[in-house]
Amino acid sequence: MDKKQIMNKVQDLGALIALILLVIVISIISPQFRTVDNFLSLVRQSSINGFIAFGMTCVILTGGIDLSVGSVLALTTAFCAAFIKGGMPVALAMLLALIIGTLFGVVSGTLVTKGRLQPFIATLITMTVFRGLTMIFMDGKPISGLGSSFLLKFFGKGSLFGIPFPVILFILIFALFMFVLEKTTFGRRIYATGSNAVSAKLAGVNIDRTKLIAYAISGCMAALSGLILLSRLASAQPTLGEGYELDAIASVALGGTSMNGGRGRIWGTFVGVLIIAVLNNGLNILGVSSYYQSVVKGIVILIAVLSDRKR
Amino acid sequence: MQIEMRGINKAFGGNPVLRDAGFVLADGEIHALMGENGAGKSTLMKILTGVYTRDAGTVIVDGQEVVYKNPQEAEKAGIVFIHQELNVLFDLTVEENMFLGKEIHNRFGVCDKRAMRAEVRRILDVLGVKIDPGQKMDALSIGQQQMIEIAKALMVDAKVIIMDEPTAALTASETEVLFEVVKSLRKKGVSIVYISHRMEEIFELCDRITILRDGQYIGTRNIAETNMAEVVKMMIGREIGERYPERNVKLGDVVFEVKNLNCPGVFSDVNFSVRAGEVLGVAGLMGAGRTEIMQSIFGNMPHVTGQIFMDGKEIHNKNPWDAMANGIGFITEDRKVEGLMLEESIMKNISVANLNKISSGGVLNAKAERDMVRKGIQDLSIRCTGPLHVCNNLSGGNQQKVVFAKWIFTDPRVLILDEPTRGVDIGAKKEIYSIINDLAAKGVAIIMVSSELPEVLGMSDRVMVVHEGHIGGFIDKEKANQENIMILATGGQLDG
Repeated sequence: MDKKQIMNKVQDLGALIALILLVIVISIISPQFRTVDNFLSLVRQSSINGFIAFGMTCVILTGGIDLSVGSVLALTTAFCAAFIKGGMPVALAMLLALIIGTLFGVVSGTLVTKGRLQPFIATLITMTVFRGLTMIFMDGKPISGLGSSFLLKFFGKGSLFGIPFPVILFILIFALFMFVLEKTTFGRRIYATGSNAVSAKLAGVNIDRTKLIAYAISGCMAALSGLILLSRLASAQPTLGEGYELDAIASVALGGTSMNGGRGRIWGTFVGVLIIAVLNNGLNILGVSSYYQSVVKGIVILIAVLSDRKR
Repeated sequence: MQIEMRGINKAFGGNPVLRDAGFVLADGEIHALMGENGAGKSTLMKILTGVYTRDAGTVIVDGQEVVYKNPQEAEKAGIVFIHQELNVLFDLTVEENMFLGKEIHNRFGVCDKRAMRAEVRRILDVLGVKIDPGQKMDALSIGQQQMIEIAKALMVDAKVIIMDEPTAALTASETEVLFEVVKSLRKKGVSIVYISHRMEEIFELCDRITILRDGQYIGTRNIAETNMAEVVKMMIGREIGERYPERNVKLGDVVFEVKNLNCPGVFSDVNFSVRAGEVLGVAGLMGAGRTEIMQSIFGNMPHVTGQIFMDGKEIHNKNPWDAMANGIGFITEDRKVEGLMLEESIMKNISVANLNKISSGGVLNAKAERDMVRKGIQDLSIRCTGPLHVCNNLSGGNQQKVVFAKWIFTDPRVLILDEPTRGVDIGAKKEIYSIINDLAAKGVAIIMVSSELPEVLGMSDRVMVVHEGHIGGFIDKEKANQENIMILATGGQLDG
């Protein structure tokens, strides 16, 4: 390996190195940070952003973006909470929430593919409309009193062998995305669509269908995040998920995925999600005010993206 | 203004484009510049106007040797180049376009709209065209946009206007208007350099004609003293040589047939068929509609009507993947945009059209993929470091071989090639010709669109000539020569 290749490798692993450095530095400063319990709770918190960021990665790889995730999350949790309160079996209500989230993604995807709207605009529209629908549906008030279903509680608060269930789900979903993006024809189509849509179409890739499915996945993942939140909060809130699209996009960018599509890896997003989580958790423990936290987060993203651009 | 260009040489990346080219322009004449695609007409004019620098040669304007460093300097001297791709900003008005960068303003930088409006009116009157100066540019027809370009030239008091294929996108009546304007400019002493492929227009409009071939000056004639046959001969008189490998293929049955293909405003009544193992050359001038016809067959053009048959059965290609499922492959004209994902590896580029072949149940088989790509690299002798070599770093010829590999693995019955050797060096060209011959030998029906006449003649069993969206005619290999192809391509008829 010559020097250039080594530099490329270092840049490839840049996000991972940044994560490790962050963890080491904060661990040295803060004894509370470096406990197993804190790490597990950190990863559990990160899973909520993680699911959304995985879906977002698919969309961004096709050359798009999905701003609607936070609103999809809010509306699907609202539906799910209402279903449960209305007496529907919890498992069915949760399944329905995932299906509805997927359909919301299809709406965004249809605006992008059939409507020929720019992804930013299309999902800005769905973001606004879904948020409004959430407010209308909930009349601006939270839905709580969801009963004491084991499944609902377990989803966000339960543990298997001492590991929180959201963490297990996070890792399973990560592996699933890794498999789909790296090992399946669909994954290839996602990359091809983002890399050069004209060439991909002429090579027989149905780029519209590929994009549509990417948005559907993103919607489904937003709904999944919502279910974890619903379980943890034991209620649905009309403002739930506001601004979540930004953390998700930041995670994807931190992971080295190109905002132009076609380039990027899901493990990068995984690392990006953890970096955001470590920053949130660590800065909290260190007692940094949330005003400064935003600034620090912004600077970390800037550094990551700048170092990525050099290649 | 008199211009003399002599002994001009120019090479791009070691590839000579002009070798001892030149021409002489007199005062107040319309001078045609003709030659095949790639003969160097545009390059020569770009050197005159300072877009490119010359490697050797002299340019003399009104007795003085000059070197214009950029188009602005040439413009100041009175030489304006109107490019084929018009240089207009569609969201601005006619007036704003004409005064772009030279707005009339007071000392506070505030534009004097009234003065500008008056100037625009004056110039448009000189041209004798009625266009509202306040109209958005994109509301104008292409003919009107071209008038604005000419108006811009008059605004800077041009003495020489160079027009590159000005009528390529014009309707017949717009062309007439343009000719009137050009002739009135000549009366005012403005000289016009008129680059065109259209023989009839040149004989109608021009005073003299200069012919370039392969970047060389061939000769200049007075239009009154020459004829189309002589001009064509001067344009193409070149030895074909042994550049084209021998092919001995017994032609099979008709595999592929197109009936009454129509696309409003683009092409009409396209009928042709291809036999197994046959290479059907498709010749025609740029913009004749050849690429569009091929894109339609491949399901990549909207609003197309007509029928397509494979083995006598009608097929419907609504999109490229339908076309592929129906056994059609398409190597597109623009390798860098349409043919390849340049940033990706050879492997991903070959795989993307063959995902079903290297997967089961949607899951990729890494070994099958690697084997396929290795075979492609070996069979077509793609020179690279391996399957993971990024296409961007390959030579043009090797990039094109990657595209061929990608399509060969789709096992097409019919393979459409659009400019298969564009931007490919001579050695790689010959390799690509061999690949085409091998495919024909395996019974693939090949449709080869090419703007290089020698290539069409050297490779085709039969030549189909397209002229302005119509099939101009078919010529068998034995009878085909550059003259009769050019006659059909420029809208002429063949005797008998």
